[in-house]
Parts: sequence; C-alpha cells; structure tokens
Amino acid sequence: MIDKILIANRGEIACRVIKTARKMGIKTVAIYSDADKNALHVKMADESVHIGPPPANQSYIVIDKVMDAIRQTGANGVHPGYGFLSENSKFAEALEAEGVLFVGPPKGAIEAMGDKITSKKIAQEAGVSTVPGYMGLIADAEEAVKISNDIGYPVMIKASAGGGGKGMRIAWNDTEAREGFESSKNEAANSFGDDRIFIEKFVTQPRHIEIQVLADKHGNCIYLGERECSIQRRNQKVIEEAPSPFLDEATRKAMGEQACALAKAVGYASAGTVEFIVDGQRNFYFLEMNTRLQVEHPVTELITGVDLVEQMIRVANGEELSIKQEDVKLNGWAMESRLYAEDPYRNFLPSIGRLTRYRPPVEVAEDTRAVRNDTGVFEGGEISMYYDPMIAKLCTWAPTRLEAIEEMRNALDSFEVEGIGHNLPFLSAVMDHKKFVDGDMTTAFIAEEYPEGFAGVDLPEPALRRIAAACAAMNRVAEIRRTRISGTMDNHERKVGDDWVVRLGGAEFPVTIAADPKGSDVSFADGTVLRVESDWTPGDQLANLMVGGTPLVLKTGKITNGFRIRSRGADLKVHVYTPRQAEMALLMPEKLPPDTSKMLLCPMPGVVVKMNVAVGDEVQEGQALCTIEAMKMENILRAEKKAVVTKINAGAGDSLAVDEVIMEFE
Amino acid sequence: MKDILQELEDRREQARAGGGQKRIDSQHAKGKLTARERIELLLDEGSFEEFDMFVAHRCTEFGMQENRPYGDGVVTGWGTINGRMVYVFSQDFTVFGGSLSETHAQKICKIMDMAMQNGAPVIGINDSGGARIQEGVASLAGYAEVFQRNIEASGVIPQISVIMGPCAGGAVYSPAMTDFIFMVKDSSYMFVTGPDVVKTVTNEVVTAEELGGAITHTKKSSVADGAFENDVEALTEVRRLVDFLPLSNREKAPVRPFFDAPDRVENSLDTLIPENANTPYDMKELINKIADEGDFYEIQAEYAKNMITGFIRLEGQTVGVVANQPMILAGCLDIDSSRKAARFVRFCDCFEIPILTLVDVPGFLPGTSQEYNGVIKHGAKLLFAYGEATVPKVTVITRKAYGGAYDVMASKHLRSDFNYAWPTAEIAVMGAKGATEILYRSELGDPAKIAERTKNYEDRFANPFVAAERGFIDEVIMPHSTRRRVSRAFASLRNKKRSMPWKKHDNIPL
Repeated sequence: MIDKILIANRGEIACRVIKTARKMGIKTVAIYSDADKNALHVKMADESVHIGPPPANQSYIVIDKVMDAIRQTGANGVHPGYGFLSENSKFAEALEAEGVLFVGPPKGAIEAMGDKITSKKIAQEAGVSTVPGYMGLIADAEEAVKISNDIGYPVMIKASAGGGGKGMRIAWNDTEAREGFESSKNEAANSFGDDRIFIEKFVTQPRHIEIQVLADKHGNCIYLGERECSIQRRNQKVIEEAPSPFLDEATRKAMGEQACALAKAVGYASAGTVEFIVDGQRNFYFLEMNTRLQVEHPVTELITGVDLVEQMIRVANGEELSIKQEDVKLNGWAMESRLYAEDPYRNFLPSIGRLTRYRPPVEVAEDTRAVRNDTGVFEGGEISMYYDPMIAKLCTWAPTRLEAIEEMRNALDSFEVEGIGHNLPFLSAVMDHKKFVDGDMTTAFIAEEYPEGFAGVDLPEPALRRIAAACAAMNRVAEIRRTRISGTMDNHERKVGDDWVVRLGGAEFPVTIAADPKGSDVSFADGTVLRVESDWTPGDQLANLMVGGTPLVLKTGKITNGFRIRSRGADLKVHVYTPRQAEMALLMPEKLPPDTSKMLLCPMPGVVVKMNVAVGDEVQEGQALCTIEAMKMENILRAEKKAVVTKINAGAGDSLAVDEVIMEFE
Repeated sequence: MKDILQELEDRREQARAGGGQKRIDSQHAKGKLTARERIELLLDEGSFEEFDMFVAHRCTEFGMQENRPYGDGVVTGWGTINGRMVYVFSQDFTVFGGSLSETHAQKICKIMDMAMQNGAPVIGINDSGGARIQEGVASLAGYAEVFQRNIEASGVIPQISVIMGPCAGGAVYSPAMTDFIFMVKDSSYMFVTGPDVVKTVTNEVVTAEELGGAITHTKKSSVADGAFENDVEALTEVRRLVDFLPLSNREKAPVRPFFDAPDRVENSLDTLIPENANTPYDMKELINKIADEGDFYEIQAEYAKNMITGFIRLEGQTVGVVANQPMILAGCLDIDSSRKAARFVRFCDCFEIPILTLVDVPGFLPGTSQEYNGVIKHGAKLLFAYGEATVPKVTVITRKAYGGAYDVMASKHLRSDFNYAWPTAEIAVMGAKGATEILYRSELGDPAKIAERTKNYEDRFANPFVAAERGFIDEVIMPHSTRRRVSRAFASLRNKKRSMPWKKHDNIPL
C-alpha cells in the first residue's frame, strides 16, 4: 500500500498527481531542480527534495538522484508522470530492487513496447492491425512493384536509414513504384551510404486516434474509449478531444479490443495508451503503445468519470479493477487545448520569462458543462528554458461536441497570460476553423491550413459589430467616470454624449447608446440594436459581457481613444470616438511602421558576455542575439525582426560604447 | 435689429474662417488640424468660451494695414476638461503662419493673467512660424511679455505646451518654461536656430526633423516630455494628463471614483525580485500593480530610461512616482536620470502631489563623461529636490540602495514620511564584493578568504534590517501587500503640513 508517493516529475503533471494522491490520503513528495525551487508542484507537495541543477539530464532523469530522494523521504511509491523516467525500465528495475512500488506497468511491458520493431511484431502476433509492409531486403524495381501490388496502392517507399523526407517516395501505381524505388535507392545511397529500402502502405487522410487502456495485475483489462489527437504541429499535439468525431461504434470496439489484446499480450498492468493511425476509410493501424499516463488523459477522464491517476495507484497497490468493460460509458464530449509558451506570431518560437499575469478561467464541474485547467505555473512564476514549453492544459466538457467547442472558445477568451508569448490566439483560431468544427481533420491540418504560419484572425463583420457594441458601452462607462472627478465647475459639468463612432479591424460603426441602469441598447446605423449588459468597470482587464443575449468575453487593454481587444484569436485596436473626433481622426495621416534599422546597436556601455548567433544565422523576431553586461547586470539584446546576420563586429569580452554597432543584418 | 444680430453672426463666421479654406485645406493636407479644431478636441464638447475673437493687429508697415484678419493668428479662451476649468490658446497657422504679433501676444497674456487670477491651468497649442517680422521689436516685446507670465505662473498653475507645428527661435522659450511639453511625431519641431542657419554657421547639414523633431526632443535632448502619433491622440492624452493635475497650487490634486480595492493583494510581487542579484526585472510591473486600475501616465518615457517618472492614482488620488529601472543601466543614477527625476519631483512638490519613490539603485554611474559633465551638480539637483519637497513622501526599497544613491532616493534623512523596504532590500554603503575588496585589501591574494569575507559581509549587511534597527526603515513589508501599505501610508498623510524656513527662494544647483 502506497502511503507516501514521490512524483518523479515537475510541472502540471506533478501537480495533477499530487491532487489525486491528496484526495486518496496519500502523502506527497516533490523533487525539484534549481530552476524549480519556487515551482507550483513544490509548493503543493507535503515534502520536497532538491535533486540538482536545471538541465533534466542532471536532475529529473538521473535515477540515482531520484532514488536518493526516495530513501531520504521514505516514499514507498513513485509516480513518474510522463516523459523523464516514465518509460525507463531501468528506473522501474531500480525501484523494484528497493521495494518501492512503481505506479506504472511492469518493466517487461515497458521494454517490449519501447522498441518500435519489437512492439510491431508483438502487436501483429496479438492480432492487432499494423500498417501492411515488407521489411525484408528488396532486390530490384520489379520486386518492389510486386510487393507494392501485394500491399495495395498507395504505398510509401522509404529508405531504412532515412529521415526528414529524404529517400521517401509515394507511389500510386506500378510506374511510380518502379521509379520511386530507383530514385529512393539512389538518394539513400548518396545521403546515408545505405541503400536498403522498404515499402509499406501509405495511409491517406491520416488521423491520430488512440485508445486508453487500463489493466490490473490480475489479468483484467478494459479500454476507456479513444482520444483524437490529429491537431498537431510538427508531431507536437496541440488539441485533443474525446471521443473522436470520426469513429463509429464498431470501429471503436474493434480498436478497443485490439488494444486490450496487446496489453494482455505484454502482461500490462496500469494505464496505457495504444496509438493508431486511422485512414479516411476508418482502416486503423497500430503505431505504438505508450506505457505511461498520457498528457491528454484528462479528456478521457472527463467523458468516463474515471480518475486515471487514482486507478494507476490502485493497480500499483495490487487492487483488482473495480470497473468492468460494460460499466464504461462515454458521456458527452471533452476538448483539450495545450497552452504552450510559444509565440504563434513569431513562428512558434519558444518564449521564456516572467509570467506577469496568469489568470486561467474559473474551473467548473456542472451537469451541463465543465472547465478544467491542469497547470504547473502561477502568476509571478518564471518560464525557464530548460523544460517543455507546455504550461497548462485547458479542458472543457459539454454534452455535445459543438457545445464543448463553444465552452472552449469562451474559456480561451477568459484565459489571461502576459509576460511571455503564448499560443492562446492560435488555439482560438482553430476552435473557430470550419474544418475543425466539422470534425474534418487529419494530422496535416495545421500544416495545410496554416502553411505560412499564423498571423492572427480577421473576424467577420457580425463579430466585429458585437465587439463594437461592447466597446462603445464600456467606453461610455469610462467616460462618465472621468466626469466624476473632483474640482468640476458646479452646474457646468461635462455631459457624456450618446453618439459614438467605433472603428476596428478596418470597419466603422456609428452607434447611438441608450443607457439604463442595467445596461445599454447600442443602435447601429442600419437600425439593428444590440443590448449590452456587463459589470465591467474601468481597469478590468477581462470584460464578461452579454451582447445581444449571448456571452462575449474580451481581454481589454487601454489605448488612446479606445481599447486593445483580444478575442477569438484576433488582436484589435478599437477606437471609440465622438462623431467630431471621428471626423478629425480621418484627417490624420496613415503612418507606416518605422523602418527598423538593419544594425544592432549597443544600447549602453558594457562588456559582451556572450554572442548567441553567428554570421549567416537566420534569427527570428525576439530571438536573443547577444548578452551585454553593464553595471554588473546582464542585458539580453534581441532581434527586432526576422533577419539574417551578415556581419558581427564584437565578440565575448569586448568592451562596447553606446551606439557601437554590434552586428548587421540583411 | 435682426440685421445687427446677423452682423454679429457674419463677423463670427469671418473670424472662424481663419486664413480661409485654402489654407485650412493645406493645413489638413499636412496631417494637421486647425487651431479651432484642436480646441474642440481638447475641451469638453461645447464648453469653449472665446476671448478676443475680433482682435486684429495694428501694424501699418509693409502694407500690413490692408490685411487685418480677426483673431490675429491665435484663438484664446477657456473651457472645461471633464468639467474642470482650463485656459487655452491655440496658434492659427492659417493666419500669417501663426506668427506672433504684439496683439497676438496680448491675447495670450490676457488669458494667462485670467488663469493665474482664477486658478486654472493654461494649455498652449503652438503652431507658429515665429515672430511677425513686419512688427519688429513689438513682436519681440510680445514674446517677452509671455515669457514673464510663464515665469510668474510657474508653480502657481500647471502650464502645458503642445507643439503641433513649427516652434522656432525665441518662440521655444515660452514652452521651455512650462511644466510639460508634448510634441506630435513628424509634424512638429522645435529649435533655437533652424537647419539653414546651422548650415551657414557650422556647415552641419541636418534636417528639421533631426534637429528638433519629436524623436530628438523625447530621446536625446529631453526638451519634450512625450510625443504622440497625431493631433487627435496628442489632444486626448493631454486631457488624460489634466485629469491627474490640480488646477492650481491652491488646490489638492484631484480625486475621482476608482474601481480597485486599496487592499488588493498581488502575490506575484513576492517573486518580482530575481534570485540572482544581478538579474534585472521590470520596475514598471511594480508600478502597474500598485496603481489604481494599472493606470500609469509616464513622463519622459523615452529619456534616461534608467529612471521612471510619471503619475498614478491611489484610492483615486494622484500620486507622482519616481522609480529606478533595473532593466536599464542597472537603474543607476547618472546626469540624465537625476535631472529628469529632479524636475519631476519639483513639479509634484509645487502642486501638492504626493510622491512615491521605488528604489533599486546600485549607485552613481562612474566614468569620465559623467564627471566631466558635472554629475556632482546634477546629482545634487535630485538630492535637493527631494530634500525640499514638503509633500507626502513614501519610499519603498525593493532591492539595492547603495551608497550616496541610497541617501538621494528619498531616504528617511531627507524627511521622507514612510520608508518601507522589502525583505529583499540591501541597504549598504556598497555591494559586498566591492566593500570586501576595500576592507580586506591585504587579503586580496587569497580568493578563499575573500570569498568568506564577502559572504560574511552579505550576511551582515545585504538586508534591510541593519537600517531598520536604526529606524531608517520604518518597516519591512511583504511585497504582495505593497499596494495596501502604500495606500494606507498616503491616506495617513492627507493632512500633512510641513514647511521650509522662510527664504526668498532657494538656490538649487542649476
């Protein structure tokens, strides 16, 4: 029986495990590196042990250090979370040797599923559908054609040693197979010095769908439905949901049963995930099995009501599963958005720094809706460069998929993050993307729909109109407050007018406001009226409004003559003018953004501590270029825009004067 | 009778037309508003009351008697900003290029006299080609009459200058003596001698924008306190500034309703100071988190950025903030930052605006350029300004307060009312390393010993408690409760009365 659990992890997953452990009355132990001294998981745990310097390979994944922490605290169970040591059989072994319970599968299962080739073989033997292919040596093009026909077109011809798309061809018929084989072989020989080629089925319209399994040490295994994780950027999952909008009951059952068969075949006992690739015809093929708790497990918890961490701990304790397959009912729909400290406007460049503001939406768990936020950070915390840039997982639940999406849209709008770049606008954009809403997606969704990267969202007219109504009403509140200042001339106070002109996103809306104690009716020139009700007061950064009877959440900031508004992935300057101001504002010249110089000038006298880039490097906006020490302080100079470094005039140790040219760009 | 009434309307119409539609269009084409349009945007709608609409010049030289337009190139009067009275003059570039004649100057002087008498700010909108050459010395006399009034009004009523076009030669000295100068980017410039003269005399080739544009004066010369994108934004922001200022030195700073709990806790401030004492952090985050509604009106944001100055409100009442910025030059004091802060402190003291000082200062910037340029006298300005300020003064030391810079930054010894320190404060003569190297010079060859000495020094002195033991720090406070503590401190000082010994005036080291 585990009565004190050490969580061999950090961040949101460590916090997540601590929550359940606490609920079960188990004492908790956190481990932390120098960079995590003030981290949330350390604050939440009953005890904590320092295990070394920031890099994970000197702290979180050093088995000896974790074992020391276990001995030091007397923990008799370990939850590894995901990543780090979670799928390390040596760690499981070390724990076993020490008599400490590992909250995860037996080490044999970890090993068996840890190798791609072995796991595929085991899967095949267990009757799990795998991608048809030919692993043996292929003599010539004719054999390649024969094999391709056996597999069935389209096929993928791949170099054994390949990677990064090199030596890879897709063939849809015999001619292409013949040509593809030859060119792959040549390319492979030239690129890798290894011309071995293999052929496998090319999966069209691929979706990433995975099955959650749960097995105990008594030979019982159930599956808890699937999760769809097709929204990925460079193999990094971004949005997940459960169930999948694509699966039918028969496919779900077939996948689930195969997943359980595989789990049984390797003597699995814990929570695990069997990943499949599913094609446009709902053919599914085994990819791999993850022998740990997945990042995206909350969506499964939300639709099944099962606490997976609790189940893992119970299984580790040797308990028999109390849930039978027939008890598993999928209820409603859950969405998960991963909040990354990555700037979507700067090509998703990781962003580090201080979280000057971090206000997640309020968590709710009701019969008709739920909002859950698994997080490992807090306002005032530091996002460091050493670990995964994922800082939170925002989940919503509702009876139907569309309702769950709507919950997510509002939750994303209510999420306040400042101080670092983050992908909230991008997540909002996906939630409003027609293909996503229709459930029409493949793993290529982001690459295909955002080929040029993400540049923000242009809202449609009705959305702009709602924001215009909201801003007009908010502005009126702010203006009236301004008239309540002390020292006004009695009987000659300023009267705030009813007519305003709102300009945003290239649109203009002249409006008239009729206010009453409960709200305002905002009339537009075409005669339409939007009722705005809100308890917003000046200074509130988040405005929760009812506009035209439906909720609208705006992240607001103050700008001259209006607001900066962030909503639904759009970032807008909203100007609210009096009619006269609006007239005058039109006379003002349009100013082009200032020409950013092609040189990096030293902003202060100081010494170069470090040069982060070299001649020829392409740098992204915001990327660190070099560090200057002045007055014993280190100042990081960053790129103002994307550019290529053409010349560097200084090196580490050099003393620089103000405005000295450090480097030049093109 | 009707005709007589109509005649008034006709004459008014004529006056409002200024230099005529063609010149108005040309003004608009330059991205500039007209004198009257500017007043309209500056003041509450319909609140403007004009003076001297029909004044015309009396010059008879150079055929000037043929052209005597109403108003004579300046529109003057009073109105309200959010219901509070201000006086305003706005030069009309469409009439004789806004040039200043004797009568033009008289109009300005009249409203300045009224403003002084009635206790209301003067806002001057400058858009003028300079002296009216045809009037010769009469025009120069006009300038000087305005200058004299600027001087007399200084410290009595707030004076704000908005430069919205050319302002050259002697004309610059009126704005120069007002409390704040704002400029509009790309359409305003100020200089004593223009690019042509510069070229003739020094062979320097320079554009008007480079010589005296908004960027030059906000970043390099510090002549201007802020620059805005265009006329509309500039006038809106001046309205916003006026909301922070008292109408005169006879009144307290204004108060307005606020929507922010004075006891708001900001837990994130507990982690504002980085682990490493040499890592910078943004002092503006602290200012924003202390201020009502996060509203901060920064003055001279682009100049001497190692010092931050500006206005916030606490419980709805204006407070001036002076803060070291560790992000720039480690927040040290130097010539520029001392001058910037000194002038700001003196403005606050003139107009009974309480001062909040946030300290993280490693000392004065060393170097020949500082010494040669007189950092001694310039640093003394800030010291002097703090010492003579009798308004409520509250100081919070967040991290470093070293050496003479500790004394300067509104220390207890300069009659500051509340001196708080965060637990992260280090109040000492200097940093541990420097101190050890002086105190234990003989041991410098032994790094182990020096390291130990340094550690001992840190343990003993790198904290707020040595100063607290002596009462130089009134209390060590938790960072998260700074807003509440500071608000309560100022609340307790609402009736503060303190005065300096009688003197004609002091002799601040100018």
